Amino acid sequence: MARIEFSDGNSVVIIGSGAGGGTLAHELTRRGIKVVLLEAGKRQSRRTFSQIPGEAFLQLTWLDTRTQSGNWGVARDFPTLPVWHCKTVGGTTVHWTASAPRLQPWELRAKTTYGQLGDTSLIDWPISYRELEKYYEAAESRLGVTRRNGIPGLPASNNFKVMYAGAKKLGYKQVHTGHMAINPQPNDGRDSCIQQGFCVQGCKTGAKWSTLYTDIPRAEETGNLDLRVECTATRIEHGADGRINAVIYRDGEGKEQRQKARLVCVAGNAVETARLLLLSDSARFPQGLANSSGQVGRNYCHQITGFVWGIFDKPVYSWRGATLAGVVEDEAINNPRRGFVGGYRIELVTLDLPTLPLVGLPYGWGRDFASIMENYRNMAGLFINGEDMPRSDNRITLNSEVKDAFGLPVANVHVDEHANDQAMRKHAQGQMSRMYEAIGARRVVTGPTPPATHNLCTARMSADPRDGVSNAWGQAHDVKNLFISDGSALSTPGAANPTLTIVALTLRQAEYISQQMAAGNI
Amino acid sequence: MDEPIPLHRREFLKTTTGLLTGLVVAGSPLALIAPGRAWAVDMTTLTSSEAATLMAVARTLMPHDKLEDAAYALVIQAIDGEASRDENLRRMIKAGVAGLGAGFAKSAESDRVAALKKIESSEFFQTMRLKTAQILYATPMAYAHFGYEGEAYSKGGYLLRGFNNLRWLPEVPLEDSGPMPAEE
Repeated sequence: MARIEFSDGNSVVIIGSGAGGGTLAHELTRRGIKVVLLEAGKRQSRRTFSQIPGEAFLQLTWLDTRTQSGNWGVARDFPTLPVWHCKTVGGTTVHWTASAPRLQPWELRAKTTYGQLGDTSLIDWPISYRELEKYYEAAESRLGVTRRNGIPGLPASNNFKVMYAGAKKLGYKQVHTGHMAINPQPNDGRDSCIQQGFCVQGCKTGAKWSTLYTDIPRAEETGNLDLRVECTATRIEHGADGRINAVIYRDGEGKEQRQKARLVCVAGNAVETARLLLLSDSARFPQGLANSSGQVGRNYCHQITGFVWGIFDKPVYSWRGATLAGVVEDEAINNPRRGFVGGYRIELVTLDLPTLPLVGLPYGWGRDFASIMENYRNMAGLFINGEDMPRSDNRITLNSEVKDAFGLPVANVHVDEHANDQAMRKHAQGQMSRMYEAIGARRVVTGPTPPATHNLCTARMSADPRDGVSNAWGQAHDVKNLFISDGSALSTPGAANPTLTIVALTLRQAEYISQQMAAGNI
Repeated sequence: MDEPIPLHRREFLKTTTGLLTGLVVAGSPLALIAPGRAWAVDMTTLTSSEAATLMAVARTLMPHDKLEDAAYALVIQAIDGEASRDENLRRMIKAGVAGLGAGFAKSAESDRVAALKKIESSEFFQTMRLKTAQILYATPMAYAHFGYEGEAYSKGGYLLRGFNNLRWLPEVPLEDSGPMPAEE
């Protein structure tokens, strides 16, 4: 591993080591570029992942305080945890459930496609699907996505058999075990899936792709990576010319450090990425770094999510097997006759016993609540993953009344749901209930919207600098040597789980950065 | 009679103010450790009668008749432990118990439900609901009761241990699922 001097102004600093930051670190270091990778969390490994759900949650989750507001259900049901992502080397690729579908061409033209809908801040992407396609192919190959590149699907679990039977009864055609970044056969030095069901706790076999045990060690092997764990970026600084020249961070002992930088890539997940830019205000950027448009933190999207559980007379043992390996794709279309624009996926889901009552079930207690739990063996689970509508006022702001461990204002997450979001959720819950009823469910239980795991669009790419924060390569409109390298850069969320798109955009960005550096433009 | 087995070892010795006790249920995870014996959970800050009232609250909130008392006792022990370290929590819990009255634990379930409904918006109720849900279903007794098998990495996963053994619905065609991993 490289040791890069604090005074080395020729280094690239990447903040965050997840799908965006971890991939980018590998792509730049393998091209000979020196990278300082700052990660706020600790480094775990396949050996150290806890197999006790509550302990694993504490081991991997970003638990620093956030506040929230707005009318979304998360504010009521999970007041202290608006979003659920990781703080560990590998970022959220450590706990993700590995569903890796692509966005569809029309989803990249959201404003054109849904243009008639009021009260949104929709835009079209500055990139076409055609431009993105080869990077999707590269990302799928890199992650070993099933049903792509000749890789077979995962075998059907009990939970999926229930989903499949219900979906077929309703006439759905595109139903399969998903495009998953989980090895059905050994691949790329990683083992095959043994269907242990602990995807969210960190995959101990490594069958599930994560930057923790792919890109990051490979970046280390190049000799060009200086990974600094438990280092929290608190400010990005620029010189009199407006170009970024350093990152201020707190190290593991709480000591402030200053790393000089030739360019900086921010990949801290959409809440922290926006917060860091807002914290980095200056005389030149009084509204926050790269925020002359006022768009930093705005248009926050989290995708429409939620659980539906079916209770049957016979056992399902849903916890046995890959958590999310199943999908119905028929509803991932734009058909306004359903009463809403945009699409959604129906995905397989299960939760371990300790987590189900905390995250998966609606608020309740007494005999009725207990009777649902009594049926744990006989429960099958489904999850919605749909496109939510961007709104200018759904946004990340600094809450100056609540401070973090370093005395800095925490992020506030504000979401008021659009009527389209609510109509989509209702439709999805209805279809999922019908799937289970069609095959004899004794009862269907609709769960809450869990803390947001797909945090997106808070520094979005836009063709017009007034509409977003970054250009088609995730390069800040205001600052040439500042890049957005995570889900914050997505122009709109679409209905695809976002990790594959983040990796595809990162591969494209890495090419651009290395070309621009070689040309001396940045 | 044998010395009752403690359900949890404490990090260091503290003065015991109260106690919850019960009998080990045959065939339960506890029985594997100490067949045929009694269990005991000592309280640091709660009295025996306060602990008994909280047990009744937990049983009313998440009533699983066949789930043994020892699981609920672990919920109360965790609350007691936190209350001994957090003065505000201690006061709130003790006031909540006092508010329910001495007869709560012995009253009929319908009366307990009615009493809890009246205080549902209180911090005491919401704390008890959350703590019960957090701790009860994470106990080894709950794993056994609900048939939950937990982590499987140490046993080679569920791949050869029933992940696809459901037979009451049709099998999924190969094109929509996938092959089992090749045998080594």
